[in-house]
Amino acid sequence: MLGTINRSFILPVKGEKQMPKADSEYLWNELQPGCVITEPGTSRAYYTGDWRAFYPVLQKERCIQCGICWIFCPDMAYQKDEKGYFIADLNYCKGCGICARECPADAIHMEKEKEI
Amino acid sequence: MGKYLGMEVSFAAAEAVKLCNVDVVAAYPITPQTHIVERLSQFVADGELDAEFVPVESEHSALSLCVGSQAAGARSFTCTSSQGLALMSEIVYIVPALRLPIVMILANRSLSGPLSIWNDHSDVMSVRDCGWIQLFVENGQEVFDHVIIAYKIAENHNVLLPVMINMDGFILSHMFEPIKLMEQEDVDAYLPPYQPKFVLHPDKPVTMGAYAMPALFTEAKKAQEEALLASYPHILQAWKSWEKVSGRSYHPVETFCSEDAETLFITMGSLGETAGEAVRVLRGQGKKVGLLKLRLWRPFPFHDFYKAIGNAQRLIVLDRAVSYGGPGGPVAGEIRSALYNMENRPQVINFVAGLGGREVSVESFLEMFISSVEGKASGYQLFGVRG
Repeated sequence: MLGTINRSFILPVKGEKQMPKADSEYLWNELQPGCVITEPGTSRAYYTGDWRAFYPVLQKERCIQCGICWIFCPDMAYQKDEKGYFIADLNYCKGCGICARECPADAIHMEKEKEI
Repeated sequence: MGKYLGMEVSFAAAEAVKLCNVDVVAAYPITPQTHIVERLSQFVADGELDAEFVPVESEHSALSLCVGSQAAGARSFTCTSSQGLALMSEIVYIVPALRLPIVMILANRSLSGPLSIWNDHSDVMSVRDCGWIQLFVENGQEVFDHVIIAYKIAENHNVLLPVMINMDGFILSHMFEPIKLMEQEDVDAYLPPYQPKFVLHPDKPVTMGAYAMPALFTEAKKAQEEALLASYPHILQAWKSWEKVSGRSYHPVETFCSEDAETLFITMGSLGETAGEAVRVLRGQGKKVGLLKLRLWRPFPFHDFYKAIGNAQRLIVLDRAVSYGGPGGPVAGEIRSALYNMENRPQVINFVAGLGGREVSVESFLEMFISSVEGKASGYQLFGVRG
């Protein structure tokens, strides 16, 4: 079993949509027929970062800004910053490690989340 | 009002689908369902039905395609039997969870093995708990009527559930019967064009089939079950308004000579007509025998069932599928469970009969009656098995 992981970094992104309440608070008769989600893009309000056991660490001095991590990330967690680096958004990164495995410059490695 | 025409029941089913003006038909041929979709394919080829006919590569694809087309707002139809249902079963469970009002005819055939193309109910019983509204029909006219009624029920925004019409393979599908067809304008008046509640369209994107975490899954299932239970009055309403159009009335549990009956046969599907003949014979001999025919299998019509059994002391329940190692056939199992809380509940005698196309005749019912009354039959037995 994993220990309780540090969730303090799971912070709402400024200006992003928030889930009105946690999925554990919905009553059965509050769901749309067929559990249809009537608004697009709501997965942005669903932070999957706390599923993570390992998080990616970028060594910028090695990074060649090729964007392979951005292409391969299955959760589209990587975003390009103003200096051209691709940075994983830890609100969404599930810690799969594909970026670290695929990085051609060995600029990304995974570190274990710290237990509280 | 239409006129009577002699035709193969499969063709009558196809006529009804055509009258419903479906937009999409996706099906893979399998005996004994084939004639229905062959006929529909012909209608589309001849320009008599303005629909997409998709000859898919499997039943799994047939129902998957209907999920897509129905979600995009198209009235969709598919049809299968036996192994085809088994192959599409993954999607069968998904359709009601998505609340898509697809209509499917299941031309009932036994599941292999041994390999058999003949009729019993082992296919439908394998998906008993799939969440569709499940109806059983007894003759060609009922097949024809229920295709149209099924869309009326399914597409009601208070229902939005798929409907499965069970018709016995060969015994019904390949039988020639007089069928009273309907005029297009009468069907159009009864069944307005499909108005989806949610539709996949780029102008207003929605998500269908999203993942549910453990925190939400139970609530999703509760909502689905409540939807199926809540469909019941709308099913009755659809039958009632059909009666106004056609003059033919239908009920969740059909009864015949049941009022003062001490012994009741309980059947589903085409066996009802044969059992009815047996009841006529036995009534002629002064025996207090009646018949209940379960038309609505899901949602199970408990209230109608209790009302129909009245003061009967003995129920002879016909099953057409084996629940290996279980408490008897699946229908009898349900009925025993429904009776459990009753004081003075009747005795249940369960015959599994008509497996894999084995004939069940009027004489068979007479034999079942005699062996039940004489106490030779009790509990659960395979009727007519040799050895």
